[in-house]
Amino acid sequence: MKKALSVRGLFKTFDRPAVNDLNLEVRAGEFYALLGPNGAGKTTSLRMVSGLLGPDAGSISIFDIDTKKDPIAAKAITAWVSDEPMIYDRLTPFEYLDFVAGLWNIPPEQARVKSTELLEWLQLAPHGHERCEGFSKGMRQKVALAGALVHDPKLIILDEPLTGLDAGSARLVKDVLQKRVADGCTVIMTTHILEVAERMADRIGVIADGRLIAEGTLDELSKAAGDNGGNLEEIFLSLVAESSEQIADAA
Amino acid sequence: MIATQINRPGTLSWFAGHEFSLFWRDFMRMMSAGKPGRERRVYIAIFTAAALLHLLAYGMLRPALEAGIVADKTSFVVITGTMALIFSLMMSQALEMVTRVFYARSDLDLILSSPTSIKRLFAVRVGTIAVSTTMLSLLIFAPAINVLVWFDGPQWLAGYPLLFCLGFVVTSLSLAITIALFNTVGAKRTRTIAQIVAAIVGASFIIGIQLAAISSIGSISRIEFFTSTQVQELVPNMDSFVWLPARALMGEVSSILLMTIGSLGIIAVSIRVFSDKFGERVLAASSFSGATTVQKSHASLFKRRSVSAHLRHKEWRLLLRDHWLISQTLMQILYLLPPAFMLWQGFGGAGVLDVVVVPVLVMATGQLAGGLAWLAISGEDAPDLVSTAPIAPSAIVRAKVEAVLGAIFMVTSPILMVLFYMDVRLALIATTHILIAAASATLVQLWFKTQAERSNFRRRQTSSKVATFAEAFSSILWAGTAGLVAVGSWFAVIPALLAITVLLIARSFRSRES
Repeated sequence: MKKALSVRGLFKTFDRPAVNDLNLEVRAGEFYALLGPNGAGKTTSLRMVSGLLGPDAGSISIFDIDTKKDPIAAKAITAWVSDEPMIYDRLTPFEYLDFVAGLWNIPPEQARVKSTELLEWLQLAPHGHERCEGFSKGMRQKVALAGALVHDPKLIILDEPLTGLDAGSARLVKDVLQKRVADGCTVIMTTHILEVAERMADRIGVIADGRLIAEGTLDELSKAAGDNGGNLEEIFLSLVAESSEQIADAA
Repeated sequence: MIATQINRPGTLSWFAGHEFSLFWRDFMRMMSAGKPGRERRVYIAIFTAAALLHLLAYGMLRPALEAGIVADKTSFVVITGTMALIFSLMMSQALEMVTRVFYARSDLDLILSSPTSIKRLFAVRVGTIAVSTTMLSLLIFAPAINVLVWFDGPQWLAGYPLLFCLGFVVTSLSLAITIALFNTVGAKRTRTIAQIVAAIVGASFIIGIQLAAISSIGSISRIEFFTSTQVQELVPNMDSFVWLPARALMGEVSSILLMTIGSLGIIAVSIRVFSDKFGERVLAASSFSGATTVQKSHASLFKRRSVSAHLRHKEWRLLLRDHWLISQTLMQILYLLPPAFMLWQGFGGAGVLDVVVVPVLVMATGQLAGGLAWLAISGEDAPDLVSTAPIAPSAIVRAKVEAVLGAIFMVTSPILMVLFYMDVRLALIATTHILIAAASATLVQLWFKTQAERSNFRRRQTSSKVATFAEAFSSILWAGTAGLVAVGSWFAVIPALLAITVLLIARSFRSRES
């Protein structure tokens, strides 16, 4: 099966190691949830995949494009949405999407149609020509998501996209992502809401202390945790505790 | 017992203590660029700056001290004119601070939702504005007062209470203007209009005097204008009430008492009158911050453009919609008015173009470019978006630099066009040096790039003192170079080399900081 993302021996150290020999593979067309406790290295890893941070060592390939050798080509098929939506307060959603489409070199007519479609889909059409400065967190997150989708990326990376969203907005974002996956797009998402990962993800990766400690479907993770029949929360806590013990023993 | 009373929560003194501790931490954070453990360096820097300012003040006042300062009409005009200048600068500062009291959210939600007296909070905040406005002007004018006290006598100590009097009056006036704006144009427009008024007030007196000097005596010098026979004939007699501030500054006790009682009365009445609806106005201001602004024109959307053009277009759009920027740069643009007026008056033949117009243009545009470059480079609101776009980082930087230079071109081109019409050689010199000064300021911002919110524009200097000084000195030195080139002097090489040295030093600091 074609690989959407391949990460090999990734390292990143700030004042302490944040990512420590991370190896990760995500298949094309799958919904992959990356879980981990706070400070596990999820965001740092995904920022390196998106080209926002340079790794100290290791390699990253997106659809077989080496991000170090050809970062422009890798970025052209990738979208990044952070937990804190960074949009321009003094631009309207349409102006924002016009700018994003310009950055990804999307033909204007196509961008116009796509933007209108996305804003309607995300229920932002009535606010399309209002400046974003008065928008709620949910509305801003939806504008950022529309920006990520306007250039039809093959890989979408989302860091805690549901944080701070109300139930309606969260449902909408989840629906949009599932529709994308159904259309063949690959989605990698970090979340602390384990029910979301449990219900939406094809495979789940658990990261702790900068390395992948377990990966697979819910059943596979359950087996790995030696806790058949438990829910994801119990499996996750058991895996993280086990990893911490191993690290403490090794130390 | 007394200490317990003073520290009792909710009292005026308790609020004042809280405000002072916030002010002090803010000041130290600004001076130390937010890096802990730099307090000692901050104190050394303050002491050094104070010593240098005293030397500068001595240099400026020496001719007057040697000639002897006597209480005559000429002295009164010069002192009153200088105090009017200080007043306009303080007024500009106070107007901006008062606006922030109403619009900055920070701790207002907490305090307004607590069972404490809003009137007391208002009184303390107004008092803080009066004191901080005075302290800021003391930073600039205290060295001059000290030099006068040292060399001419203790009567000049009256300068200290007089600056506080000015602080009380400008704060009261700023409150009255802000409240009047709230009542007439509403909460939505008050902030922007108040900032524009602040910029105009700050620059108006000095520019007005320069324009009057140009048209009456053919010089841009304020002192020459104040001491000119035209002005001396126009002003009132020595016994006029107009000279009260001048008499107070020269140590007349009754005038000092009158000014002190008057200004304290004005601020007390202002607090009493305006505190009643403070809560209501804060709420009005906060409800505005969530209001929507609809963009009516959509004609420029989804046009075929290059990626660089998209980036430039976005920067210009954001610059035009940035009301903080408008108020912050308006003063710099206003300072271009006197040289523009000189051109209009046809001073080309008087040798003023090369000595005054060209350097002023170069310096003002260098400073303006620094501000715009900070907004485009460090004040990027969506850095993740731009960094994850499939564009080479160098192309992003190039487009941002083009956006800054384009904006500079738009601001300076009307004056340059007139200059080209009058003197092609000088226009070419001005254009070249404007480009060099703008490029230098932009380079400094590129070297000291930090991630910051656009709303922090006013405090952009806090992130790196090296960048601030490099930007200011390179503008001044390129202005000097332009002036000397314009008069055909080979000495132009000296400021040019110094400017390059400043830039090289800044670059080496960048390497160390990164």
